[in-house]
Amino acid sequence: MSNFEPEIVAFCCHYCAYTAADMAGTRRISYPSNVKIIRVPCTGKVDAIHLMKALEKGADGVYVAGCLDGDCHFKNGNLRATAHVEKIKKVLEDLGWEPERVAMMYFSAGMGEQFAQGAKEFTEKIKSLGPSPASQTVGKAV
Amino acid sequence: MITAEQKPLQEIFGYIAPYEKILVVGCNECVTVCAAGGRKEVGLLSSALRLHSVKAGKKLEVLEHTLERQCDPEYVDQLKELAGQVDAIVSLACGCGIQTVAAQYAIPVFPGVNTKFMGASESQGIWAERCMGCGDCMLGVTGGICPVARCSKSLMNGPCGGNSSGKCEISEDVDCAWQLIWNRLVELGIQDRYEELVAAKDWRPAGGGGPRKIIREDLAASKIITEDMA
Ligand code: SF4
Ligand code: SF4
Repeated sequence: MSNFEPEIVAFCCHYCAYTAADMAGTRRISYPSNVKIIRVPCTGKVDAIHLMKALEKGADGVYVAGCLDGDCHFKNGNLRATAHVEKIKKVLEDLGWEPERVAMMYFSAGMGEQFAQGAKEFTEKIKSLGPSPASQTVGKAV
Repeated sequence: MITAEQKPLQEIFGYIAPYEKILVVGCNECVTVCAAGGRKEVGLLSSALRLHSVKAGKKLEVLEHTLERQCDPEYVDQLKELAGQVDAIVSLACGCGIQTVAAQYAIPVFPGVNTKFMGASESQGIWAERCMGCGDCMLGVTGGICPVARCSKSLMNGPCGGNSSGKCEISEDVDCAWQLIWNRLVELGIQDRYEELVAAKDWRPAGGGGPRKIIREDLAASKIITEDMA
């Protein structure tokens, strides 16, 4: 499965992770094109169902990238997102899927380099897990 | 409201194992508020069932629908078309809703939640038991705190010797209901009420007399009149 190129969906908060991704771009720091970014007004808006739907439609991995602890523009959206991610990890375990297919990350708007690093590490992780059961049957979602 | 919690997924997988097309039905009332069986949970469970079937290499189609209310036959009627297309139904309503669906459709209907108790929200995500529907409410003499639901022994004249620093002997996380009642009576300045012994409770209205039913002649009669006029 060495030529496996995973499809990864990243829900990124407009105020931090999305800006960090932008910064990575302007500073010409590359990160894997496997990662498809969906900008959200706050990671608190990313509900458990969005993570499940992404997996159902064939994403091999999904992560949510929000603000650093205490920095959420809407007070605690990042904590809500963390709770949703934890919940879905448990559901995946019950389903016999690898819980590592979902993750939560935290960045400030200035952390372009760390954003790229996070994207790289997550992509490697998903590559090592191989295609998700759904991506093999429904084809590529994104 | 009536509270419920989703059943373990493995149990639900077991129920639906023989079927290839199922319907997951939610309810917009209590189970939506306690985040166990509303539209959101219908979506999540349906998604989980699909991911599970993909992993297991099994064919499964899952339809989703959420009714305004699942414990009224008029609303449950609305499932007619969907129910005709599936082999089985998983209901995320409380036990009353599940039974209403089961009574109306001649296909297997499975519970997707465990119905727990009549409770109130203490804070976001936390619900606690408050009433057991004893049929003869005594909150008027207990300062608004229910000894039936909140005293572990449903004592009528508490507390028992298990009260320790205001906590019940079953757990240090559980308040002694009779301590709460006493505190409340003091707060209201009516602690002399505490001196009056409460007589042994008649448990027949609480269910001891068999399944209970309410018949409101005025409403039931007007239904007959409306039907006659139609
Ligand atoms: S006394 Fe009976 S009706 Fe009143 S709250 Fe308690 S259980 Fe419910
Ligand atoms: S300690 Fe209080 S709540 Fe617990 S059983 Fe005794 S009287 Fe009831």
